[in-house]
Amino acid sequence: MSAHSVGNVSAQRARFDEPLKLKSGAVVPAYELVYETYGTLNAAKSNAILICHALSGHQHVAGYTDPERIKETLGWWDNMIGPGKPIDTEKFFVVGLNNLGGCHGSTGPATINPATGHPWGAEFPLVTVEDWVQAQARLADRLGIDAWAAVVGGSLGGMQALQWTIDLPSRVRHAGVIAAAPRLTAENIAFNDVARQAILTDPDFHGGDFYRHNTKPARGLRLARMLGHITYLSDDQMAEKFGRKLKHDTIGYGFGVEFEIESYLRYQGDKFASWFDANTYLLMTKALDYFDPSHATQGNLAAALARATAKFLVVSFSTDWRFSPTRSREIVNALVHNGQHVAYAEVASNFGHDSFLMMDPQYHAIVRAYMGRISV
Amino acid sequence: MTENAIALGRPDFDVIAAWVQPNERVLDLGCGDGSLLKGLIELRGVRGWGIEIDPASVLAAIGNGVNVIQSNLEEGLSGFENGAFDHVVLSRTLQTVRHTQGIIEEMLRVGREAVVSFPNFAYWKNRMAVMAGRMPVSEDLPYQWFDTPNIRFFTIADFDALCVEMGIVVRERMVLDEKGNTVVEEANFLGSLAVYRLAKV
Repeated sequence: MSAHSVGNVSAQRARFDEPLKLKSGAVVPAYELVYETYGTLNAAKSNAILICHALSGHQHVAGYTDPERIKETLGWWDNMIGPGKPIDTEKFFVVGLNNLGGCHGSTGPATINPATGHPWGAEFPLVTVEDWVQAQARLADRLGIDAWAAVVGGSLGGMQALQWTIDLPSRVRHAGVIAAAPRLTAENIAFNDVARQAILTDPDFHGGDFYRHNTKPARGLRLARMLGHITYLSDDQMAEKFGRKLKHDTIGYGFGVEFEIESYLRYQGDKFASWFDANTYLLMTKALDYFDPSHATQGNLAAALARATAKFLVVSFSTDWRFSPTRSREIVNALVHNGQHVAYAEVASNFGHDSFLMMDPQYHAIVRAYMGRISV
Repeated sequence: MTENAIALGRPDFDVIAAWVQPNERVLDLGCGDGSLLKGLIELRGVRGWGIEIDPASVLAAIGNGVNVIQSNLEEGLSGFENGAFDHVVLSRTLQTVRHTQGIIEEMLRVGREAVVSFPNFAYWKNRMAVMAGRMPVSEDLPYQWFDTPNIRFFTIADFDALCVEMGIVVRERMVLDEKGNTVVEEANFLGSLAVYRLAKV
């Protein structure tokens, strides 16, 4: 094991019996959240950092879950979090969770609805970023954390960090909003809807109740992931990695796998469809679409952010076209308009939207420098 | 100049520090590692933000706890609203900017006042260097001709003329010699660095 790893970790489970009223009006009567923690909560409970996950993320952020298969079971942000890493677990107590509606152990569409004894399926209500913040706040209560030293996330995770600063300003001192956007564009929503249509029109979807048919809409989920995956990469990166390379040496004049990029995308799609829940995918994309803190302020983002008292680190990546640097600048400009504290880095990176998960020296140095200044 | 301001460690910074007031909003263009902003925040109590393009400087500014925004000045200040700042500072950077008039106009759009400092190419030692056949290298022009970031070569007299042409009011001007002492007479000959406080009519 690496000296910079949090090592072998296992998830914990918190049960909440107080009903959670959602933004949609629906109520989740009781729910469970799975989470992992790394590092030690200090006596003042002032060194806690919440990591919010993106569309396909979960509670397993750092370390590994199987010492025999370290590489295969590494957390999704292990390069960022650990002893001596940019988010240093020698200094911070880091919490990662699986959001409500997820498919990695927290209550969601695939878990059993106690009222029926069957998986929730189509009955599971749509949850929003605001709902997640409320659920996360209850987890903070449970852990005895009054205020996070920081809430940090990339993509949809960054949106949760932003929402925290608006909904519970006194409970978050710093927000790390990485590769995010203040709201989705029509183009973003369009991509999400095509992904959803792929799932919804799969005959194996059964209106969301595929569990009781002992099947799953793997074809739809696979297509959804293939489409999504394209939008997470950059054109340059795809050209560099695949170009027009053929899987076999000759063109076959058919519809089988010919180009390397086809092979790659199909593999990614198959892999994803084998472990991810289609209903969770639908729910996560809707949470993305609905996210818009400025909705309540007639589109005025600065007015929406005026309540925030946190200091902000905003990071974008040059080749991210899903949530481009321009979108991050909207957040930055709104904060400056309000006279709020914000540091903003636009990192030159070749990896598109996925850059936020990559080990880039400048990106990691920036997170390290910012985190290093947080007092605990 | 106050005793506090002198602690900033650079004569032109001290001039700028004397021109800002506590609680003012200050935007520092080309803020580097954030030293000026940090000084203005700590010693003058301003609220500050900086713009910087260089990745290493952005990193250093974040390490200094400064509100740095990574952005290219040449693309203007379009993200900021009219009058968003009390002072917009461009310290020793104007001579590196291609769109000279554009950036000055932008500074006076987003700021109530603009503060500009630049090396005076007509400083007598610089004139001597050119007379002797070499491009000047000095305290305020520390680069060789082949590695300088400077692309605009102008003098105090040139800048005064530009202000007239652009209809900009020079509210105050401080000229310093290489040691940082104030120059009063023959500024365009004896001054190595000029600091201007500008406003729109």
